[in-house]
Amino acid sequence: MGTPSFPAKRLPVAALLPLKRLRAQLAPTVADGLLSLGLLALIAWAAVQLGGWAIGRADWAVLQLNSMLLLVGRYPLAEQWRLWLLGALLAAQAGLSWGLLRAWPRADRREQGQLWPRHDRIAAVLITLLALLLPAALGLAGALQGRWWLLAAVLLALRWAAGRWGPGLHRRTLKLLGLLWPLLYLLGFWLIGGGLGLAAVAPGEWGGLLLTLVMASFAMALSFPLGVLLALGRRSNLPLLRWGSVAYIEFIRGAPLITLLFIGQNILGFLLPASISPDRVWRAAWVLTLFAAAYLAEAVRSGLAAVPRGQLEAARSLGLNQAQALVTVVIPQALRVALPTMVGQFIALVQDTTLLSLIGLLDLLGMARGIMANPEFLGHSSELYLVLAVLYWSCCAALGLGSRALERRLDPRSLAGRP
Amino acid sequence: MNGTPWWRDRRVLPWLLQAVVGLAVLVLVALLMTNLVRNLSAAGLLLSWRWLGQPAGFDLSETLLPFNASMPYGRALLAGLLNTLRVIVIALLGSSLLGALVGMAAFSRNGLLRGLARVYVEVVRNVPLLLQLLFWYFLVFLALPDGRAALQLPGLVLAKSGLYLAGFAGGSWQGPQLLNGSWQAPLQLSVEFGALLTGLITYIGAFIAEVVRGGIASVPRGQWEAAGSLGLHGVATLRHIVLPQALRVIVPGLTNQYISLAKASSLALACGFTDLYSVAETTLNQTGRAVEVVLVLLAAYLAIDLLISAAMNGLNRLVQVRER
Repeated sequence: MGTPSFPAKRLPVAALLPLKRLRAQLAPTVADGLLSLGLLALIAWAAVQLGGWAIGRADWAVLQLNSMLLLVGRYPLAEQWRLWLLGALLAAQAGLSWGLLRAWPRADRREQGQLWPRHDRIAAVLITLLALLLPAALGLAGALQGRWWLLAAVLLALRWAAGRWGPGLHRRTLKLLGLLWPLLYLLGFWLIGGGLGLAAVAPGEWGGLLLTLVMASFAMALSFPLGVLLALGRRSNLPLLRWGSVAYIEFIRGAPLITLLFIGQNILGFLLPASISPDRVWRAAWVLTLFAAAYLAEAVRSGLAAVPRGQLEAARSLGLNQAQALVTVVIPQALRVALPTMVGQFIALVQDTTLLSLIGLLDLLGMARGIMANPEFLGHSSELYLVLAVLYWSCCAALGLGSRALERRLDPRSLAGRP
Repeated sequence: MNGTPWWRDRRVLPWLLQAVVGLAVLVLVALLMTNLVRNLSAAGLLLSWRWLGQPAGFDLSETLLPFNASMPYGRALLAGLLNTLRVIVIALLGSSLLGALVGMAAFSRNGLLRGLARVYVEVVRNVPLLLQLLFWYFLVFLALPDGRAALQLPGLVLAKSGLYLAGFAGGSWQGPQLLNGSWQAPLQLSVEFGALLTGLITYIGAFIAEVVRGGIASVPRGQWEAAGSLGLHGVATLRHIVLPQALRVIVPGLTNQYISLAKASSLALACGFTDLYSVAETTLNQTGRAVEVVLVLLAAYLAIDLLISAAMNGLNRLVQVRER
């Protein structure tokens, strides 16, 4: 290893001619050149093998036949319109938020005021291509393909409308729009689970990606407030609260998730009176929530530690009481610092939902394993594993990307210039 | 006396709050415990450890302790614990080595190597470990050919029937040999063990690579340049100047990763390896002793975590540079 290259120091190289630049990157010395050649050969070999398999030997029928099973599990066919409706609402809300975020005035971007900045153009083209090509490639029925097109169209249309007319809206209206997400979340639970006039669909019938997303979002939404409370408790001056929080956090963090899920499935029944016996899915959801809360608490605690003590004291001396000072001054700053770690925990949470398949729930992985066990699809597990890996990877990478974008927007330097 | 009503008195309020929270927790725990005792006695499963001495009646595929089905549950759990420890120790060494190499590759002059290290970390960290373990077991290790067609590397043979390593046998160095169509070697590992190890090492290795990269990046650039201008070459700079400073940042991060490795090893079940958790699950299915089994599991993993923490805290004290 020679002098290391630091990303920030590559500027002079970037100014060179492309060929020279390539040489500086791949073969600064003879040894590096040989290494690069070896690596290139390895990459080419892997690409040829993978490409040959994907085009030649892979049989994608296993996906074409099971796409709905992977998406929603054994959700009753007659009630699936509710999921499509929810999908359309989510697409609408996502498009609206996307457009408004872009329209929101900001000081840190050259693309200020553009309706479709470069990244958005790329994203829009990708979404269009995905909606047009993927359902067709899977050989879905015409009606289903049409629904996917409709979802993409709703998303992009609202993105356009919000970007076009968003800047003219009053700021208070914009803030109200933020409240739509929790409302939509509750509406989503109603649409999925039924009740109140809709036919009930028991949690045992949710499956596939739907169950994975429901579990992950449920645990995220509830573990967040719990985690903040636990972090505050751990830093409290009151010994009982402090030691209680410490004991809880360390107990949860000391045990593997699978043993906690095991407790949820095998022991919770003994702890509760016989009249209350929650469904297996809900038991697992609560275990996930309580598990994530302990890890989130540690992330928030590191954020709280980063807020100078003077902030709290200044807020108190302005006449705010302890609770007001915490909620309006300390916690917002702590959360901003803790954001990257918290998103890391959320990503881990999405990955942890796969453990549900070990206790017999049919989440995305559980469903896929069920399909693989079907003799009809024997020998086609590679295709399923690949698709699963891509799906999980996209979910986690999207969370990571979103967090980095949010981090940039919450950076005090970019906030300072806001009108 | 001083006119402040008690519900606004700052000397009373905190204690009142604590008393309320403490009482609520106590009542909750008491309720749960009452239910537990009532339900357990109704099922005839009140806490008892006598079942640990009863014969297990199931066999374990690979153990460090000699074990067969007539031996008691206690010994089965112990064998499982030893298997867990074996996985943790080897995976810990392997993932540290891999993580250190990949973490340092992030600073290579070679752009391709840097890119590959980045891709490896980004891909592995964003795909669930369980999925990766299933991939290694079902798609890689169980798809290996057997017999003469097995994958043969110097000193190592990978076959569907197991992994065969060269080693000392009877005082002399011996490689794997094919006898009557089956491989023989001084060191043999099952494919389940191999898949679990590979999965854990590649997964935790990616996280360790990020820890190492962060540690090296935390050493100011001037340190490299100063070492270079004193005439130290690359490797010597890394060894004497950069790593001692980077280790201060790396070791606490490593502790977290090692503990998460210990906990992740409980997914051995997915590749059919009999670790502590999978023995415990079989034990539960046969005896119905859920509470005792969970207590054993929690105690064992807590002990392992504490052991790792203690060892790493010792290491941390060693690597902290003492400033004046």
